[in-house]
Amino acid sequence: MLLSPAILALILVSVTVSLMLLLASGFAIQIITLWDINSGSEQQLVLERRTYLISTLLTWAFVAELVSLLLFVYNAESMSGQFVGAMCATGVLNVNVWGWPTLFLKMIVFFSGAAWLTLNYLDNQGYDYPLVKLKYSLLLLIVPLVIAEFVVQLLHFQEMEPDVIVSCCGSLFSSESESVAAGVAGIQPRIAMLAFYVSGLAMLLSGVWFLRRKSGGILFAVMGVAVFVISMIAIVSFVSPYIYEHPHHHCPFCILKSGHDFAGYFLYIPLFVAAVLALGVGVISPWAKVPSLAASVVKDAPRLAWLSMALFAMVYAMSTWMVLSSSLTMQGVWW
Amino acid sequence: MTKFIRKQRYLIDFTLSSLLRRKTKNLGLLLVYTLIVFILASVMLFTHALRSEAGIILQESPEIILQRMVAGRHALMPAEYLEKIGRVRGVVRKEGRLWGYFYDYATKSNYTMMAAPDKGLSNSEVIIGAGIARVRWLGIGDFISFNSFDGKTYTFEVKEILDSESELVSSDLVLMSETAWRTTLGVPEGYFTDIVLSVRNPREVSKIAGKLTLKLPDTRPILRDEILRTYDSVFAWRQGITFVLLAGAVLAFVIFAWDKASGLSAEEKREIGILKAVGWETGDVLHMKFWEGGIISLSAFMLGYLAAYVHVFYGSAVLFEPVLKGWAVLYPEFHPVPFIDGMQVATLFFFTVFPYTVATIIPIWRASITDPDTVMR
Repeated sequence: MLLSPAILALILVSVTVSLMLLLASGFAIQIITLWDINSGSEQQLVLERRTYLISTLLTWAFVAELVSLLLFVYNAESMSGQFVGAMCATGVLNVNVWGWPTLFLKMIVFFSGAAWLTLNYLDNQGYDYPLVKLKYSLLLLIVPLVIAEFVVQLLHFQEMEPDVIVSCCGSLFSSESESVAAGVAGIQPRIAMLAFYVSGLAMLLSGVWFLRRKSGGILFAVMGVAVFVISMIAIVSFVSPYIYEHPHHHCPFCILKSGHDFAGYFLYIPLFVAAVLALGVGVISPWAKVPSLAASVVKDAPRLAWLSMALFAMVYAMSTWMVLSSSLTMQGVWW
Repeated sequence: MTKFIRKQRYLIDFTLSSLLRRKTKNLGLLLVYTLIVFILASVMLFTHALRSEAGIILQESPEIILQRMVAGRHALMPAEYLEKIGRVRGVVRKEGRLWGYFYDYATKSNYTMMAAPDKGLSNSEVIIGAGIARVRWLGIGDFISFNSFDGKTYTFEVKEILDSESELVSSDLVLMSETAWRTTLGVPEGYFTDIVLSVRNPREVSKIAGKLTLKLPDTRPILRDEILRTYDSVFAWRQGITFVLLAGAVLAFVIFAWDKASGLSAEEKREIGILKAVGWETGDVLHMKFWEGGIISLSAFMLGYLAAYVHVFYGSAVLFEPVLKGWAVLYPEFHPVPFIDGMQVATLFFFTVFPYTVATIIPIWRASITDPDTVMR
């Protein structure tokens, strides 16, 4: 177990967020069983007032999750000096089996949180809170994820043993054979590139369809999530080697460093925001038939879709430009 | 969008004037908050500076240090071990080093004595570190005496004083010729303190270290990377321990913030009541209160961080130096390179702003659901 401030902070955040969500879920159960918008009882009034508290709590919880995702990556990066063979964050995540699951869980929690907040926003637009029971049932599904993240992250940090000097150096050489691998396996660049551009085109088409026909919002969201996943694979598989100008360097974290002009931020920030917005379209577009929500669905869904498509286009433009302007030439090898 | 921004602007405007109306209460909170940020940020900036300083210094050091062990203790290295090593592929340079410690009764401190054959010193000349020059009031051309191991006194002329850039390591350093070193410290010819090896390809270092332990089973190789790794974890650990010790302070601050936020005065309650009576919704009051928290947090964070920055990089971290640097008589005066990174800021955010926000959510919500008629009655 390591006792550095960043690790303490990450554990502190997980504990606090888990507690906040447990508190919220207790309330969610009350809402699911007792909510009755037509009642004027004292109990209903208390419940209505408490929804304010819960949405505030959750907004903060998910903001904290986002920052902790960043901190987790930064921390992995900074700890790479403490393990034999770990050159960057990848090596630290490979230190034990819990590293990557923690990262993925953090991302899933972030996306489900964002989706939930969008639904919450939409629901608050309607005077009669038509989605309140659904909203709080969904919240109950996020709670296990957050707790799983806490546990997995704790295991990840607890099973870390830094390679420090021992009085007899024998242990170092014996452990070198099982030192952490620094690589991420990438899939064939040719396949990744094909999938990257084809899925981008498909997403664009589904976006245009949604904007013209006002239907297929869920399809758009699914496409958005698919493009997000494929883009991540593509970044590992072929975009980052072009940025590093090295055909075997696939690390998705080193592109965040100053040595590579912080290229990663230009890819990840629009990519994450675009995926969140696409998810938002999927979350709000099915409710156009609810009378109290119709107006805001008609107003907000196309807006989110536009923004999401613009940001996805930015990701594609950025990565294409990064590939074209790189000095690495892979014609005849990759394609 | 513009409507949203305009609304927030008016809210901030209102919040600022309402904060200024209760100056003393908010200044007290701001002061405590700033102090917490200041302490934590100082610890972080300072340990980080020490860590990077150690890294910078070790960049220049040889890749492998070979020490001889006798009965589990560090012993003198016979010179024939250099031949015994022979030619190892990948080693570009190997040499025996002579260094040791010397206790000076006059200043009650330890000096590091080292032979520097490449400095071209005569047997009566020394080069000293800036720390020694300070405590013994020495300048170039002055004389310094050392008692040798057999009780004789030898006097040396100070030829040069090491510049203060490398003071963290050279503060207590005395460099002399090999003969002078052996005469003063009593290490006979044919022995060294240890052997250093330079390796060109970093990937070969551990292989070479493995070969050395096979050839010379009574030695232990220490790798530069190992030292760096150890420094990294030791400093991170010290930082962590300091944070755990300061957790009490953070907790006290959280309780303080909770108390401040929940103990609304009658006047404040009336204010919220009036706002709701003139048409504000619960959400608006919540927003206003969060802007209040946001403004206080941001100011405290910036002020605290700035103060810590000045404290560490311009004031040499006078408050914690003895704790974090270790104990020594010859304090090096060192000026760390200013450095800020995102990870530090994010960590600090989670130790200060995050607990504050969490602690104030429930009190703020309580205040915002107040009914106008109950408080204005």
